[in-house]
Amino acid sequence: MPNILVVEDSPTMRQLISFAMKRIPNSHVIEATDGVDALKKMSSEKVDLILADINMPVMDGLKLVSLVRGNPTYKEIPIIIITTEGAEEDRKRALSIGANSYLPKPIQTQELIRLVNSYLTKQ
Amino acid sequence: MEKETGYLNKADEFLQMFKKGEEFTKELLKENEKLRYKIAQLEESMERSGDEARTKLYEDRIKLLEDEINSLMERFKQVEEENKDFASKYIEVEEENNNLANLYVASYQLHSTLDFSEVLRIVLEIVINLIGAEKFAILLMDDKTNELVPVASEGMAVSAAPRVKFGQGTIGIVAKEGASYFSDNLSYMKEFNPTTPIVCIPLKIKEHVIGVISIYSLLTQKSGFTNMDYELFNLLAGHAATAIFSSRLYTQSERKLTTIQSFLDILKEKPRR
Repeated sequence: MPNILVVEDSPTMRQLISFAMKRIPNSHVIEATDGVDALKKMSSEKVDLILADINMPVMDGLKLVSLVRGNPTYKEIPIIIITTEGAEEDRKRALSIGANSYLPKPIQTQELIRLVNSYLTKQ
Repeated sequence: MEKETGYLNKADEFLQMFKKGEEFTKELLKENEKLRYKIAQLEESMERSGDEARTKLYEDRIKLLEDEINSLMERFKQVEEENKDFASKYIEVEEENNNLANLYVASYQLHSTLDFSEVLRIVLEIVINLIGAEKFAILLMDDKTNELVPVASEGMAVSAAPRVKFGQGTIGIVAKEGASYFSDNLSYMKEFNPTTPIVCIPLKIKEHVIGVISIYSLLTQKSGFTNMDYELFNLLAGHAATAIFSSRLYTQSERKLTTIQSFLDILKEKPRR
Protein backbone atom coordinates (compact mmCIF):
# COMPACT_ATOMS: atom_id res chain seq x y z
CA MET A 1 0.00 0.00 0.00
CA PRO A 2 1.76 3.22 -1.12
CA ASN A 3 1.85 6.08 1.36
CA ILE A 4 1.61 9.47 -0.35
CA LEU A 5 2.59 12.54 1.64
CA VAL A 6 0.79 15.73 0.58
CA VAL A 7 2.58 18.84 1.84
CA GLU A 8 0.45 21.92 1.22
CA ASP A 9 -0.54 24.87 3.42
CA SER A 10 -3.77 25.62 1.56
CA PRO A 11 -6.57 23.40 2.92
CA THR A 12 -8.39 23.66 -0.41
CA MET A 13 -5.42 22.38 -2.41
CA ARG A 14 -4.60 19.79 0.22
CA GLN A 15 -8.12 18.40 0.06
CA LEU A 16 -8.13 18.50 -3.73
CA ILE A 17 -4.81 16.63 -4.05
CA SER A 18 -5.79 14.11 -1.35
CA PHE A 19 -9.07 13.57 -3.14
CA ALA A 20 -7.21 12.84 -6.38
CA MET A 21 -4.71 10.53 -4.67
CA LYS A 22 -7.50 8.45 -3.13
CA ARG A 23 -8.34 7.39 -6.66
CA ILE A 24 -5.04 5.51 -6.86
CA PRO A 25 -5.87 1.95 -5.74
CA ASN A 26 -4.75 1.03 -2.21
CA SER A 27 -3.04 4.37 -1.69
CA HIS A 28 -2.95 6.02 1.71
CA VAL A 29 -2.68 9.80 1.97
CA ILE A 30 -0.78 11.55 4.75
CA GLU A 31 -1.33 15.31 4.98
CA ALA A 32 1.15 17.91 6.19
CA THR A 33 0.74 21.69 6.33
CA ASP A 34 4.42 22.65 5.81
CA GLY A 35 7.97 21.26 5.57
CA VAL A 36 8.45 20.81 9.31
CA ASP A 37 5.14 19.03 9.68
CA ALA A 38 6.11 16.83 6.71
CA LEU A 39 9.44 15.79 8.30
CA LYS A 40 7.62 15.04 11.54
CA LYS A 41 5.14 12.80 9.71
CA MET A 42 7.97 11.10 7.77
CA SER A 43 9.73 10.16 10.99
CA SER A 44 6.68 8.26 12.19
CA GLU A 45 5.29 6.83 8.93
CA LYS A 46 6.86 5.22 5.88
CA VAL A 47 6.44 7.51 2.85
CA ASP A 48 6.62 6.30 -0.77
CA LEU A 49 6.08 9.59 -2.57
CA ILE A 50 5.95 13.29 -1.68
CA LEU A 51 3.76 15.95 -3.30
CA ALA A 52 4.86 19.36 -2.06
CA ASP A 53 4.02 22.99 -2.63
CA ILE A 54 6.86 25.55 -2.71
CA ASN A 55 5.40 28.57 -0.94
CA MET A 56 4.57 27.46 2.59
CA PRO A 57 5.06 28.99 6.03
CA VAL A 58 7.64 27.68 8.55
CA MET A 59 9.54 25.59 5.98
CA ASP A 60 9.03 25.91 2.22
CA GLY A 61 8.97 23.11 -0.32
CA LEU A 62 12.48 23.70 -1.67
CA LYS A 63 14.04 23.46 1.80
CA LEU A 64 12.07 20.26 2.35
CA VAL A 65 13.39 18.80 -0.94
CA SER A 66 17.00 19.55 -0.01
CA LEU A 67 16.59 18.08 3.49
CA VAL A 68 14.94 14.93 2.13
CA ARG A 69 17.68 14.48 -0.47
CA GLY A 70 20.35 14.97 2.17
CA ASN A 71 18.94 12.24 4.38
CA PRO A 72 20.12 8.71 3.41
CA THR A 73 16.84 7.18 4.69
CA TYR A 74 14.63 9.39 2.51
CA LYS A 75 16.85 10.30 -0.45
CA GLU A 76 15.24 7.81 -2.86
CA ILE A 77 11.65 9.01 -2.28
CA PRO A 78 10.23 10.62 -5.45
CA ILE A 79 9.21 14.26 -4.95
CA ILE A 80 6.72 16.10 -7.14
CA ILE A 81 6.51 19.86 -6.73
CA ILE A 82 3.11 21.48 -7.25
CA THR A 83 3.30 25.25 -7.31
CA THR A 84 1.96 28.51 -8.68
CA GLU A 85 5.53 29.44 -9.72
CA GLY A 86 5.41 28.67 -13.42
CA ALA A 87 8.66 30.30 -14.56
CA GLU A 88 11.29 28.09 -16.20
CA GLU A 89 14.02 29.16 -13.74
CA ASP A 90 11.82 28.07 -10.79
CA ARG A 91 11.35 24.69 -12.43
CA LYS A 92 15.08 24.28 -13.08
CA ARG A 93 15.90 25.30 -9.53
CA ALA A 94 13.50 22.77 -8.01
CA LEU A 95 14.77 19.96 -10.26
CA SER A 96 18.41 20.88 -9.60
CA ILE A 97 18.02 20.47 -5.83
CA GLY A 98 16.44 17.04 -6.24
CA ALA A 99 12.74 17.28 -7.11
CA ASN A 100 11.72 14.61 -9.62
CA SER A 101 8.90 16.50 -11.31
CA TYR A 102 7.48 19.99 -11.36
CA LEU A 103 3.78 20.70 -11.93
CA PRO A 104 2.62 24.31 -12.13
CA LYS A 105 -0.86 25.19 -10.78
CA PRO A 106 -3.66 24.99 -11.66
CA ILE A 107 -3.02 21.27 -11.95
CA GLN A 108 -4.77 18.80 -14.21
CA THR A 109 -5.83 16.00 -11.88
CA GLN A 110 -5.49 13.28 -14.55
CA GLU A 111 -1.93 14.41 -15.28
CA LEU A 112 -1.07 14.32 -11.58
CA ILE A 113 -2.56 10.83 -11.12
CA ARG A 114 -0.65 9.56 -14.18
CA LEU A 115 2.61 11.03 -12.91
CA VAL A 116 2.20 9.63 -9.39
CA ASN A 117 1.28 6.23 -10.82
CA SER A 118 4.38 6.21 -13.00
CA TYR A 119 6.66 6.80 -9.97
CA LEU A 120 4.85 4.23 -7.85
CA THR A 121 5.10 1.64 -10.63
CA LYS A 122 8.85 2.24 -10.96
CA GLN A 123 9.23 1.50 -7.25
CA MET B 1 -2.77 -104.05 -83.94
CA GLU B 2 -6.20 -103.18 -82.67
CA LYS B 3 -4.79 -102.61 -79.32
CA GLU B 4 -2.25 -100.17 -80.74
CA THR B 5 -4.93 -98.26 -82.62
CA GLY B 6 -6.93 -98.04 -79.43
CA TYR B 7 -3.98 -96.62 -77.60
CA LEU B 8 -3.35 -94.11 -80.38
CA ASN B 9 -6.97 -92.96 -80.28
CA LYS B 10 -6.86 -92.56 -76.57
CA ALA B 11 -3.60 -90.60 -76.88
CA ASP B 12 -5.20 -88.42 -79.52
CA GLU B 13 -8.21 -87.87 -77.32
CA PHE B 14 -5.98 -87.06 -74.44
CA LEU B 15 -3.94 -84.69 -76.58
CA GLN B 16 -7.14 -83.03 -77.80
CA MET B 17 -8.34 -82.65 -74.26
CA PHE B 18 -5.00 -81.31 -73.21
CA LYS B 19 -5.03 -78.81 -76.09
CA LYS B 20 -8.53 -77.72 -75.14
CA GLY B 21 -7.39 -77.39 -71.57
CA GLU B 22 -4.44 -75.34 -72.76
CA GLU B 23 -6.67 -73.10 -74.84
CA PHE B 24 -9.10 -72.71 -71.96
CA THR B 25 -6.28 -71.84 -69.63
CA LYS B 26 -4.98 -69.29 -72.13
CA GLU B 27 -8.45 -67.77 -72.42
CA LEU B 28 -8.74 -67.68 -68.64
CA LEU B 29 -5.38 -65.97 -68.40
CA LYS B 30 -6.43 -63.40 -71.01
CA GLU B 31 -9.70 -62.83 -69.19
CA ASN B 32 -7.80 -62.51 -65.94
CA GLU B 33 -5.47 -59.98 -67.54
CA LYS B 34 -8.43 -57.98 -68.78
CA LEU B 35 -10.10 -58.08 -65.38
CA ARG B 36 -6.93 -57.00 -63.63
CA TYR B 37 -6.62 -54.14 -66.07
CA LYS B 38 -10.20 -53.15 -65.41
CA ILE B 39 -9.65 -53.36 -61.67
CA ALA B 40 -6.56 -51.20 -62.04
CA GLN B 41 -8.59 -48.72 -64.09
CA LEU B 42 -11.39 -48.73 -61.57
CA GLU B 43 -8.99 -48.32 -58.72
CA GLU B 44 -7.33 -45.42 -60.50
CA SER B 45 -10.63 -43.71 -61.24
CA MET B 46 -11.77 -44.31 -57.69
CA GLU B 47 -8.60 -42.74 -56.38
CA ARG B 48 -8.98 -39.80 -58.74
CA SER B 49 -12.57 -39.25 -57.73
CA GLY B 50 -11.52 -39.45 -54.04
CA ASP B 51 -8.89 -36.74 -54.57
CA GLU B 52 -11.42 -34.54 -56.29
CA ALA B 53 -13.90 -35.02 -53.46
CA ARG B 54 -11.22 -34.25 -50.93
CA THR B 55 -10.11 -31.18 -52.88
CA LYS B 56 -13.71 -30.03 -53.03
CA LEU B 57 -14.00 -30.61 -49.31
CA TYR B 58 -10.83 -28.64 -48.64
CA GLU B 59 -11.94 -25.85 -50.92
CA ASP B 60 -15.26 -25.64 -49.09
CA ARG B 61 -13.44 -25.65 -45.79
CA ILE B 62 -11.07 -22.87 -46.94
CA LYS B 63 -14.03 -20.83 -48.15
CA LEU B 64 -15.74 -21.31 -44.81
CA LEU B 65 -12.61 -20.30 -42.92
CA GLU B 66 -12.11 -17.31 -45.18
CA ASP B 67 -15.68 -16.20 -44.48
CA GLU B 68 -15.08 -16.74 -40.80
CA ILE B 69 -11.86 -14.68 -40.94
CA ASN B 70 -13.67 -11.91 -42.80
CA SER B 71 -16.48 -11.85 -40.29
CA LEU B 72 -13.95 -11.89 -37.43
CA MET B 73 -12.03 -9.06 -39.07
CA GLU B 74 -15.27 -7.15 -39.38
CA ARG B 75 -16.10 -7.81 -35.72
CA PHE B 76 -12.55 -6.85 -34.73
CA LYS B 77 -12.95 -3.55 -36.54
CA GLN B 78 -16.27 -2.98 -34.81
CA VAL B 79 -14.78 -3.82 -31.41
CA GLU B 80 -11.83 -1.54 -32.14
CA GLU B 81 -14.23 1.28 -32.96
CA GLU B 82 -16.21 0.53 -29.81
CA ASN B 83 -12.95 0.53 -27.85
CA LYS B 84 -12.05 3.93 -29.24
CA ASP B 85 -15.50 5.18 -28.29
CA PHE B 86 -15.15 3.74 -24.79
CA ALA B 87 -11.65 5.21 -24.42
CA SER B 88 -12.83 8.67 -25.41
CA LYS B 89 -15.91 8.31 -23.20
CA TYR B 90 -13.66 7.14 -20.35
CA ILE B 91 -11.48 10.23 -20.78
CA GLU B 92 -14.61 12.41 -20.80
CA VAL B 93 -15.95 10.73 -17.66
CA GLU B 94 -12.55 11.06 -15.99
CA GLU B 95 -12.43 14.74 -16.84
CA GLU B 96 -15.98 15.18 -15.61
CA ASN B 97 -15.08 13.34 -12.38
CA ASN B 98 -12.10 15.58 -11.83
CA ASN B 99 -14.15 18.67 -12.52
CA LEU B 100 -16.81 17.51 -10.09
CA ALA B 101 -14.12 16.79 -7.50
CA ASN B 102 -12.75 20.31 -7.95
CA LEU B 103 -16.23 21.81 -7.61
CA TYR B 104 -16.98 19.63 -4.61
CA VAL B 105 -13.77 20.63 -2.84
CA ALA B 106 -14.32 24.31 -3.63
CA SER B 107 -17.90 24.30 -2.39
CA TYR B 108 -17.01 22.14 0.65
CA GLN B 109 -14.26 24.57 1.64
CA LEU B 110 -16.46 27.63 1.09
CA HIS B 111 -19.09 26.31 3.48
CA SER B 112 -16.66 24.82 5.99
CA THR B 113 -16.50 27.93 8.17
CA LEU B 114 -18.53 30.90 9.38
CA ASP B 115 -15.48 33.05 9.95
CA PHE B 116 -15.63 35.99 7.52
CA SER B 117 -11.86 36.41 7.06
CA GLU B 118 -11.45 32.65 6.61
CA VAL B 119 -14.15 32.58 3.93
CA LEU B 120 -12.32 35.39 2.12
CA ARG B 121 -9.07 33.40 2.38
CA ILE B 122 -10.78 30.32 0.92
CA VAL B 123 -12.15 32.35 -2.01
CA LEU B 124 -8.62 33.66 -2.64
CA GLU B 125 -7.23 30.10 -2.48
CA ILE B 126 -9.79 28.83 -4.99
CA VAL B 127 -9.11 31.65 -7.42
CA ILE B 128 -5.32 31.19 -7.17
CA ASN B 129 -5.08 27.41 -7.06
CA LEU B 130 -8.04 26.20 -9.09
CA ILE B 131 -8.42 29.01 -11.62
CA GLY B 132 -4.81 30.17 -11.78
CA ALA B 133 -5.27 33.91 -11.29
CA GLU B 134 -2.23 35.95 -10.31
CA LYS B 135 -3.63 39.41 -9.52
CA PHE B 136 -7.17 39.85 -8.32
CA ALA B 137 -9.36 41.47 -5.70
CA ILE B 138 -12.66 40.79 -3.93
CA LEU B 139 -14.89 43.85 -3.70
CA LEU B 140 -18.05 43.91 -1.57
CA MET B 141 -21.04 46.20 -1.89
CA ASP B 142 -21.37 48.92 0.71
CA ASP B 143 -25.08 49.77 0.68
CA LYS B 144 -24.55 53.01 2.62
CA THR B 145 -22.17 54.57 0.08
CA ASN B 146 -23.45 52.58 -2.93
CA GLU B 147 -19.87 51.60 -3.65
CA LEU B 148 -17.94 48.39 -4.19
CA VAL B 149 -15.18 48.31 -1.60
CA PRO B 150 -12.09 46.03 -1.86
CA VAL B 151 -11.85 43.64 1.11
CA ALA B 152 -9.19 41.11 0.02
CA SER B 153 -6.67 40.71 -2.77
CA GLU B 154 -3.85 38.56 -4.11
CA GLY B 155 -0.77 39.66 -6.04
CA MET B 156 -1.54 43.29 -5.23
CA ALA B 157 -2.27 45.38 -2.15
CA VAL B 158 -5.93 45.73 -1.14
CA SER B 159 -5.38 49.49 -1.33
CA ALA B 160 -4.32 49.14 -4.99
CA ALA B 161 -7.80 47.87 -5.87
CA PRO B 162 -10.29 50.64 -6.64
CA ARG B 163 -13.46 51.65 -4.82
CA VAL B 164 -16.04 51.54 -7.57
CA LYS B 165 -19.38 53.32 -7.82
CA PHE B 166 -22.27 50.92 -8.45
CA GLY B 167 -22.99 50.90 -12.21
CA GLN B 168 -19.78 52.68 -13.21
CA GLY B 169 -16.98 51.17 -15.30
CA THR B 170 -16.61 47.47 -16.07
CA ILE B 171 -16.70 46.44 -12.40
CA GLY B 172 -19.67 48.68 -11.54
CA ILE B 173 -21.66 47.46 -14.55
CA VAL B 174 -21.01 43.80 -13.63
CA ALA B 175 -22.32 44.55 -10.12
CA LYS B 176 -25.36 46.34 -11.52
CA GLU B 177 -26.28 43.84 -14.23
CA GLY B 178 -25.21 40.70 -12.39
CA ALA B 179 -23.61 39.17 -15.48
CA SER B 180 -20.00 37.95 -15.62
CA TYR B 181 -17.52 39.82 -17.80
CA PHE B 182 -14.77 38.04 -19.75
CA SER B 183 -12.37 40.08 -21.83
CA ASP B 184 -11.78 38.77 -25.36
CA ASN B 185 -8.22 39.94 -25.22
CA LEU B 186 -6.13 38.54 -22.37
CA SER B 187 -2.90 40.03 -23.76
CA TYR B 188 -3.32 43.47 -22.19
CA MET B 189 -3.41 41.91 -18.74
CA LYS B 190 0.33 42.60 -18.42
CA GLU B 191 -0.43 46.30 -18.11
CA PHE B 192 -2.16 46.46 -14.75
CA ASN B 193 -5.10 48.82 -14.59
CA PRO B 194 -7.33 48.41 -11.51
CA THR B 195 -10.44 49.58 -13.33
CA THR B 196 -10.12 47.28 -16.35
CA PRO B 197 -10.13 43.66 -15.22
CA ILE B 198 -9.82 40.76 -17.65
CA VAL B 199 -12.55 38.89 -15.76
CA CYS B 200 -15.19 40.19 -13.40
CA ILE B 201 -17.54 37.80 -11.59
CA PRO B 202 -20.58 39.05 -9.68
CA LEU B 203 -21.16 37.48 -6.27
CA LYS B 204 -24.91 36.91 -6.28
CA ILE B 205 -27.53 35.61 -3.87
CA LYS B 206 -30.41 34.94 -6.23
CA GLU B 207 -30.53 38.22 -8.18
CA HIS B 208 -29.00 40.36 -5.43
CA VAL B 209 -25.34 41.22 -6.08
CA ILE B 210 -23.30 41.51 -2.87
CA GLY B 211 -19.91 42.05 -4.53
CA VAL B 212 -17.54 41.07 -7.34
CA ILE B 213 -14.31 39.20 -7.93
CA SER B 214 -12.14 41.27 -10.23
CA ILE B 215 -9.25 39.44 -11.93
CA TYR B 216 -6.44 41.49 -13.51
CA SER B 217 -3.92 38.87 -14.58
CA LEU B 218 -3.40 35.12 -14.77
CA LEU B 219 -0.37 33.03 -13.80
CA THR B 220 2.29 32.90 -16.54
CA GLN B 221 1.54 29.25 -17.29
CA LYS B 222 -2.18 29.99 -17.71
CA SER B 223 -2.95 31.14 -21.25
CA GLY B 224 -6.75 31.03 -21.24
CA PHE B 225 -9.85 29.63 -19.61
CA THR B 226 -11.14 26.08 -19.78
CA ASN B 227 -14.72 24.84 -19.35
CA MET B 228 -13.78 23.94 -15.80
CA ASP B 229 -12.81 27.57 -15.12
CA TYR B 230 -16.24 28.76 -16.26
CA GLU B 231 -17.86 26.16 -13.98
CA LEU B 232 -15.75 27.44 -11.10
CA PHE B 233 -16.69 31.02 -11.91
CA ASN B 234 -20.37 29.98 -11.77
CA LEU B 235 -19.79 28.21 -8.48
CA LEU B 236 -18.00 31.22 -7.05
CA ALA B 237 -20.80 33.54 -8.20
CA GLY B 238 -23.32 31.63 -6.08
CA HIS B 239 -21.53 29.70 -3.33
CA ALA B 240 -18.89 32.31 -2.51
CA ALA B 241 -21.64 34.93 -2.28
CA THR B 242 -23.70 32.94 0.22
CA ALA B 243 -20.59 31.93 2.19
CA ILE B 244 -19.36 35.55 2.38
CA PHE B 245 -22.83 36.91 3.19
CA SER B 246 -23.63 34.37 5.92
CA SER B 247 -20.18 34.56 7.51
CA ARG B 248 -20.38 38.36 7.57
CA LEU B 249 -23.82 38.19 9.20
CA TYR B 250 -22.56 35.59 11.67
CA THR B 251 -19.49 37.66 12.55
CA GLN B 252 -21.66 40.78 13.01
CA SER B 253 -24.18 38.90 15.15
CA GLU B 254 -21.35 37.41 17.21
CA ARG B 255 -20.00 40.91 17.77
CA LYS B 256 -23.47 42.20 18.70
CA LEU B 257 -24.00 39.24 20.99
CA THR B 258 -20.73 39.98 22.79
CA THR B 259 -21.76 43.62 23.20
CA ILE B 260 -25.22 42.69 24.50
CA GLN B 261 -23.66 40.13 26.83
CA SER B 262 -21.33 42.81 28.19
CA PHE B 263 -24.29 45.12 28.79
CA LEU B 264 -26.18 42.34 30.51
CA ASP B 265 -23.17 41.60 32.69
CA ILE B 266 -22.94 45.29 33.68
CA LEU B 267 -26.68 45.39 34.44
CA LYS B 268 -26.43 42.26 36.54
CA GLU B 269 -23.49 43.65 38.49
CA LYS B 270 -25.19 47.03 39.35
CA PRO B 271 -27.76 45.88 41.94
CA ARG B 272 -25.00 44.15 43.95
CA ARG B 273 -23.35 47.53 44.52
